[in-house]
Amino acid sequence: MDRFEKNAIVLALALLFFFFGLVVYAAKALQIEVPTCLTGVNPFQEGRVIVLDEGAKRYQVNLLARMWNFEPYEIRLPAGAKVDLYLTSRDVVHGLRINYTNVNLMAIPGTVSYARVRFDKPGVYSIVCHEYCGINHHLMAGKIIVE
Amino acid sequence: MSIRGGLRFILLSEIVFPFVLLILGVTLGLLQVLQRAGIIKSTSYLGIEYYQGLTLHGTINAIVFTTFIIVAFSNAMVMFSLKRSLKPGVQWVSWLLMVGGTLMAAYAMLTGKANVLYTFYPPLIAHWTFYVGVVLLVVGSLVPFFFDWIPNYIAWRRENPTGRFPLPVLGVFVTFILWFIIVIPVSIEILFQLLPLSLGWVEEINPLLARTLFWFFGHPLVYFWLLPAYIMLYSILPKLVGGKLYSDPAARLALLLFLVFSVPVGLHHQYTEGGLSAGWKLWHAFLTFMVALPSFITAFTVAASLEHGARQRGGKGLFAWWAKLPYFSREGDQWLFSYFIAGLLLFLFGGITGIVNASYNLNLAVHNTSWVVGHFHTTVGGLVTLAFLGISLYMMAKLRGVEVKAKGLAVAAPYLWLIGMMVFEVAMSVAAFYGFPRRTAAGASYIDPASPLYHPEWYFWAHLSAGGGAIAVLGFVAYLVSFLGTLFARPVREPVVEFPMAEALHDEPVPLLSNLRPWLTVSILLIAFSYTYPIYESMTKGITAKSPAYNDRLPVPLKQTQTEASAEIPR
Repeated sequence: MDRFEKNAIVLALALLFFFFGLVVYAAKALQIEVPTCLTGVNPFQEGRVIVLDEGAKRYQVNLLARMWNFEPYEIRLPAGAKVDLYLTSRDVVHGLRINYTNVNLMAIPGTVSYARVRFDKPGVYSIVCHEYCGINHHLMAGKIIVE
Repeated sequence: MSIRGGLRFILLSEIVFPFVLLILGVTLGLLQVLQRAGIIKSTSYLGIEYYQGLTLHGTINAIVFTTFIIVAFSNAMVMFSLKRSLKPGVQWVSWLLMVGGTLMAAYAMLTGKANVLYTFYPPLIAHWTFYVGVVLLVVGSLVPFFFDWIPNYIAWRRENPTGRFPLPVLGVFVTFILWFIIVIPVSIEILFQLLPLSLGWVEEINPLLARTLFWFFGHPLVYFWLLPAYIMLYSILPKLVGGKLYSDPAARLALLLFLVFSVPVGLHHQYTEGGLSAGWKLWHAFLTFMVALPSFITAFTVAASLEHGARQRGGKGLFAWWAKLPYFSREGDQWLFSYFIAGLLLFLFGGITGIVNASYNLNLAVHNTSWVVGHFHTTVGGLVTLAFLGISLYMMAKLRGVEVKAKGLAVAAPYLWLIGMMVFEVAMSVAAFYGFPRRTAAGASYIDPASPLYHPEWYFWAHLSAGGGAIAVLGFVAYLVSFLGTLFARPVREPVVEFPMAEALHDEPVPLLSNLRPWLTVSILLIAFSYTYPIYESMTKGITAKSPAYNDRLPVPLKQTQTEASAEIPR
């Protein structure tokens, strides 16, 4: 292999390690983590909002996805709410992304996905199902209203 | 090399048969961008429902078309490189399995019994003919590798004990070893989970395990598509521009690195699901970055080969030589250049967007949004599709003994495709920042100003993506004219199998780079290490309940609907 080729390979490797380093930094130092395997949380059969600590604005949201809506459909939270979000499915695979947040989860029946999120800005955060789940998939949506 | 009789028919039909289906697949793609933008309001058009069309579009374009062309190209390339005829008996078995399987799956999809998309995630379940059809297609595609190419290679080796493993044959072997490895997990998923569930032999299956097995197959699948295109970039492209392959060892190294790193990366499609540990997802992210390395090496080798060719054509300066490449040439075989260069330009964006997808936490911003759709329309819908369209037309003309007809249109086609797909990619990528989902008939809800679900921030981008899709389809129509003209032209010479083959500029033999064994060993160890725990987790810790089957019509398990005769279908 000639010099140029070696340089190209070294440069490519350096770039890839740099990118990967940034990913690890974002995960460990900035705490931007992907969902992990939860043990000890059973899939729930109904969706609801649980107030954990009203003063500290801590909430738990159990979000149930099913063909073709979310339960609860509309969630109202105060600005600054810190939310533990649990998502599961009652039937087929669904998914959601909450706009303007880092929350992006799959809902797989039999498993629970978890994300932690803080809603600082008031507004309407739309939720749409982003995994194909049958003939009315494009009508499956919900929202979080932060006041 | 001359070819006639049954073998010629097999090779020709392996190009023409999927091409007929591809016309349907591309037409449905056009319908989908129009339906997503709400230009066509109804989710059902010409008797095909949106998600049924999406299943056909994905399965035909990404599974059927690619597999057939890869087998046809590999058949021809192995035959041409080893100068040994293929075995008609083996080829007929392969042909019957592939065509039969495709027809079975097509039946299920066209009758609306398999509206499951081409990823067929359970517990949505399709008619059994869909699964059996897919398995037959895949098994048929492996038959020539084991019973024709390997025996031919062994015979060739006996006659050429000191000859070097020909580069394109090494590439084909890497492609099909990879294919064989990844067919195992998806076959387990289909034969032990989906098919029994579809036939009612079992009541419930584990959908998380099915997903893990699917992506064990589903990501390396993209390298199965990509590697034949790389073989063309190494062995054909440099010759088209009148130059040489810059480095033979670098090309071999890239192919072998794909063998090592392609497979243990599937968890990067599962970052956002519970049930799998984040640590293993990060490990798969790291390996996905590693599999980018051979693509970087290829980018260098291809650019250097193009520069070498351009300088032979009188190119000068640091960058001015780019102008000397035969972008619009219709001379001889040079029309084929346009397919590779347009594909490479698209793939540049495909590679960059792909690194974003692989980036673990950054993936949270784009997972299952239109970003992903933009990405794979510049990879499999970019370089892979254009290289395959170009080589199909080339091989078909040679196999028929005719000149390529309407060469002007054939040269224009990839550039129209490039412009259209670039517009599509930009529109889909930007829309993703506002959360535009993939796989959604948005025109009937989110893009409809009259709907309570209307999302005005997606409106413009959905329409722009429809414009891009329409331009790309224009390119396909230009190609279609040339293809059909060539298919029905009067033969003027002997039918042959041949390719323009480039020599290498740097050609020092490196024995390690011609020996598959050590690389395959490392590959298998890495796969075993990377997948043992995630599969164990998918079967035990990650999931607490199994799921019954559902179809796409009703929110109750299929078993229940079958017992309720009066069940109505809501729309």
